[in-house]
Amino acid sequence: MKMKAALLGAVALAGLAPAAYAERGADGHVNILYSQAPSTLNPYLSSGTKDIENASLVIEPLAGYDEKGVMIPRLVDEIPTLENGGVAEDQKSITWKIKPDLKWSDGSPVTADDVVFTAEYCMHPEGGCAQLAKFEGVEKVEAVDPQTVKISFKEAKPNPYLAFVGSTTPVLQKAQFANCLGAAASTCTEQNFGPIGTGPFRVVEFKTNDVIQLEANPEYRDPAKPAFATVTVKGGGDAASAARAVMETGEFDYAWNTQIPPELQQAMEQGGKGEFVSGFGTLVERIEMNMTDPSPDLPEGERSTAKHPHPILSDLKVRQALSMAIDRNLLVEIGYGNAGRPTCNLVPAPEMYASTDNTGCLTQDIEGAKKLLDEAGWTDSDGDGIRDKDGKKFSLLYQTSVNPVRQDFQALIKGWWNEIGIEVELKAVDGSVFFGGDAGSPDTFQKFYADVEMYANNFDGTDPEAYLAEHTCAKAPRPDTQWQGENINRYCDPAYDAMIAELGKTGDLEKRAELAKKLNDMLTKESMTIVPLVDRGRLSARSKTLGGVVLNTWDSELWNASDWYRMK
Amino acid sequence: MLTFTIRRLLLAIPTLLFISLVIFLLLELAPGDPMSEVPLTVPPEVKQKMREALGADQPMFFRYMLWLKQFFVIEPLHILGAITGYDLAGDAQRIISWQSRSPVADIIAQRIPQTLTVIGAAYLIGVLIALPIGIYSAYRQYSWFDQLGTFISMIGFSVPTFFTGVLLIVIFSVKLGWFPSIYDTTLRVTDWASFGKQVKQMVLPVSVLALYNAAQISRYMRSSMLDNLGQDYVRTARSVGMTERVVVLRDVLRNSMIPVVTVIALGIPTIFGGAIITEQVFKVNGLGQLLISAIHGNDLPMVQTLTFIFAILIVLFNLIADILYGILDPRIRYD
Amino acid sequence: MTETAASPAALKPPRSQWRDVWDQFRTHKGALLGLIVLVSLVLFVTIGPFFRDAPDLTIAQQIKLRNKPPSWEFPFGTDQLGRDMLLRMMEGGKVSISVGLVAMLISITLGSTVGVLAGYFKRLDGPLMRMTDLFLALPLLPLLLVMVMLFREKLAGALGPEAGTFLLIVSAIGVTSWMQAARIVRGEVLALKEREFVLAARSIGTPPRRVILRHVLPNVMSPIMVAATLGIASAIITESALSFLGLGFPPDFPTWGRLLYDGVEQMQLFPARVIWPGLAISLTVLSVNYIGDGLRDALDPRIRGR
Repeated sequence: MKMKAALLGAVALAGLAPAAYAERGADGHVNILYSQAPSTLNPYLSSGTKDIENASLVIEPLAGYDEKGVMIPRLVDEIPTLENGGVAEDQKSITWKIKPDLKWSDGSPVTADDVVFTAEYCMHPEGGCAQLAKFEGVEKVEAVDPQTVKISFKEAKPNPYLAFVGSTTPVLQKAQFANCLGAAASTCTEQNFGPIGTGPFRVVEFKTNDVIQLEANPEYRDPAKPAFATVTVKGGGDAASAARAVMETGEFDYAWNTQIPPELQQAMEQGGKGEFVSGFGTLVERIEMNMTDPSPDLPEGERSTAKHPHPILSDLKVRQALSMAIDRNLLVEIGYGNAGRPTCNLVPAPEMYASTDNTGCLTQDIEGAKKLLDEAGWTDSDGDGIRDKDGKKFSLLYQTSVNPVRQDFQALIKGWWNEIGIEVELKAVDGSVFFGGDAGSPDTFQKFYADVEMYANNFDGTDPEAYLAEHTCAKAPRPDTQWQGENINRYCDPAYDAMIAELGKTGDLEKRAELAKKLNDMLTKESMTIVPLVDRGRLSARSKTLGGVVLNTWDSELWNASDWYRMK
Repeated sequence: MLTFTIRRLLLAIPTLLFISLVIFLLLELAPGDPMSEVPLTVPPEVKQKMREALGADQPMFFRYMLWLKQFFVIEPLHILGAITGYDLAGDAQRIISWQSRSPVADIIAQRIPQTLTVIGAAYLIGVLIALPIGIYSAYRQYSWFDQLGTFISMIGFSVPTFFTGVLLIVIFSVKLGWFPSIYDTTLRVTDWASFGKQVKQMVLPVSVLALYNAAQISRYMRSSMLDNLGQDYVRTARSVGMTERVVVLRDVLRNSMIPVVTVIALGIPTIFGGAIITEQVFKVNGLGQLLISAIHGNDLPMVQTLTFIFAILIVLFNLIADILYGILDPRIRYD
Repeated sequence: MTETAASPAALKPPRSQWRDVWDQFRTHKGALLGLIVLVSLVLFVTIGPFFRDAPDLTIAQQIKLRNKPPSWEFPFGTDQLGRDMLLRMMEGGKVSISVGLVAMLISITLGSTVGVLAGYFKRLDGPLMRMTDLFLALPLLPLLLVMVMLFREKLAGALGPEAGTFLLIVSAIGVTSWMQAARIVRGEVLALKEREFVLAARSIGTPPRRVILRHVLPNVMSPIMVAATLGIASAIITESALSFLGLGFPPDFPTWGRLLYDGVEQMQLFPARVIWPGLAISLTVLSVNYIGDGLRDALDPRIRGR
């Protein structure tokens, strides 16, 4: 026994999973803390990260991503590609082959019918499926044989890995959800709270917005896993208290998203009970420049619309000056520490899509910014310390959502902009209002009744096409779209729209990457309508006794919970 | 008194209906959107579909009538059905939470035990501490006991629970390791060991809240006692040779109870409302956390239902307070 | 509160009732001490900033001073962005004390008026108390969100952003916190109304206005004072709650409640950041409490005579 423990320790130190020695359920219980409590375990009804990640302990997609963003098979043996014939020559279909002898946690076999049903479930017109975008362009999903699913697209799909790839679109069991199609989705509380899956754990008890209790799935495909017999996922609180529960009191083994100030991170790590793990994905904190005039003097319905270009920010030199005045390195140091890095890119990852020569913004240049403003005609003609032009003062309203780091950023950026002679008024809006799309509220980020605003956004999976396509002219929020739309800054350039259309038709990966970089540069360094600040990583806390944790930002953070084990 | 009670109870029905309408309109008017917590990666068209599936795009009047029907007909039928074992409600649509798509009533029922144990215990303890402190402080006005009581209660009230809660966690969970910092709602009390665990995890949140409640109630108790101790009848009672105990504890106390009864009656419904901040600090996840997360997620059916139950309790307990006034001071008449 | 207590002395009409009140008030040690503390706090936040100019530093210079412990140059230390905590406490106190006092006055005035009217006039009792029930039942957060949405821009346009926000915040807090005072005052008035001296006053035909002002109000002063003291504390905290929701003052505007809230997360690392604002709030509330005590004694003719 001692020998075994020593071996385990050695293996753990070497950073290898002790799979060969482990036995299912041998390591007892593990406690996980989510500062946002999961409200359902059906990702098709709620697309909140908290819900999707917890569901990933139970239900799985056909394929997922590893921590490097590389696709890995889950319920299949092999990822279908053009080379192996899984993706059709014309890119109009993809065929997945499910692993043989795969079983649901109730013992019944997983078949192609389950996949077909899941597609039907999400694509039902009355279901209100949160992952519908993943099924866009899907013509039909059919079972070729009990192990084979073919997904056909309406037109050639350069990126066919949307549906059933990644934890947002797991496979549901047909037998369980058969009566939950469409409008009936809401009545299936029992199913939504306790889906039967193929993942390493199965649900014992689910209390919405509070706690989940799980136990090892007896039918899990790897007989040696998971190492833990039971799991508790508790929800609620805030990032700091979640970090404290792992790092200081040791009550929990893993805490999700413990984004706290760098000084506090250091102090907590000194406690010795746990450590922070971080990983980078595509989340970028940015400032968006309003290209349209948000002035309250304009009639309602014309504020912040393409009808009135912004009186100050329409000038490229002004936007460049605003970006130059910002010291991104300091922002990272103050706000994120190891969980952030300065960036000038909208698409900072994956590597093949990230523009490499866009680094000009990383050095602050206050004098250069002043010079640009002088060139643009903004000078301090009345000597009050604030620049003006044609009798108009250079004054900006800068809004963001309520969040301590964002408020610190606001204060710093306001300071820098003051230094180059710009008057700044700050505003912080409650997140549920800011990010809610209520067309009646003046404070939503889509309405953008401010000159500049700051928030963070990212994209699902590894392909940035849909993300970049958000900035086409047609997607600007405006009254006739009920202020819905993703082109927040109202950037509008026909050349950009044309390039997006080209990207949609390009299948070759190299070419796609080249186009994506060009699009990224157009939005950032060439036009500065989007001023990226920080590439934000994910920061979570794990206990020093919890082994096997690999932080993954491309998929669920609990993606490899089956490999987690207790370090002895 | 009986006719008064019956009249007030009958009057409560239109009052509550009106309150429910006002709450509904207020929630409608409030900025926010049930899709606010959906990530930005979900495109607007999909969000629109999701809204439609929730019924959030239906006309306001229609949704209000639907809620009324669900609250007053379907849910009671359902509860009755659950008690008697007959399926009375059939598959009529119950009030469904937009966040979790599960019946609102079930979630509330799930939350009541931890709310009542923690918040209820804190309130009870708060009242039990506050009354003797208030009485004795008034009786010995400006003694060291009174000064200390004043000091502690003012600190207790002016230092917010988001601070005291974290302070207690830092001292007792992090430094000393005596009590857990996170409340385990899955714990079931079956034996002495689990009872001990339950007590242990209740200590911190209950102390935070009890201090806060006791501070408030003891101030009212003290001031009201002081008022009455100065009255002529006290001098009369003393002069006719009644013992100090009887004078203070029977006559003065009874006459001083009106403001205290009012405050307690206002406080009891708030037990149901939960303690938003304390629940969040200790992750009790009771009704307060439920309400605030529903408000943040713009889960209107949940907010409407919770708030309305709260309104019923307020109307009810204010009525009880009014009845108690009549018992405490028979001169008060409502007819 | 300070004005009502201090101004009578300045007027000095011969042997006026207010003179007696002030004389009695002066003998109350706690009240006098409370008054001194409160006045010092008010001076600290109003005059203090004149003696302590914000250092004219660029962000790059300022950031080098971050997280400094208390020193001669920065007696309260600096915060995470290198800002002087002492100055922030002064600026924050201006908002917190004025919001606390004004919002409390609004809430107490509203509450006592509704309470007295409902308790004294039977006909008003029903409607007013049902309205109180309604306000008690309304969910606070959506109510505040609605008020801010409807009135923020209008008020900011009419009064300027700062005054507009101030008015909005104090009315928002006042309008959502008067109900407890109203219920308590009504309960007391219901009982008082049947007391001999009120009955006597009414039976000789004293008009209700005079009965209320001369006989009823002075006798419900104590619960009102308690409500006022507690009201200040909750107004200061509510104000900070409003600002974390983005409903209050702009985010770079410090207030005591906000400083306290921001400090809680890092309480173990920088305890001073919670101690100062916590102490300031508690001192304000304690001093108002003692002033209230003194004032109540001073206003009570029976005690004054002793």
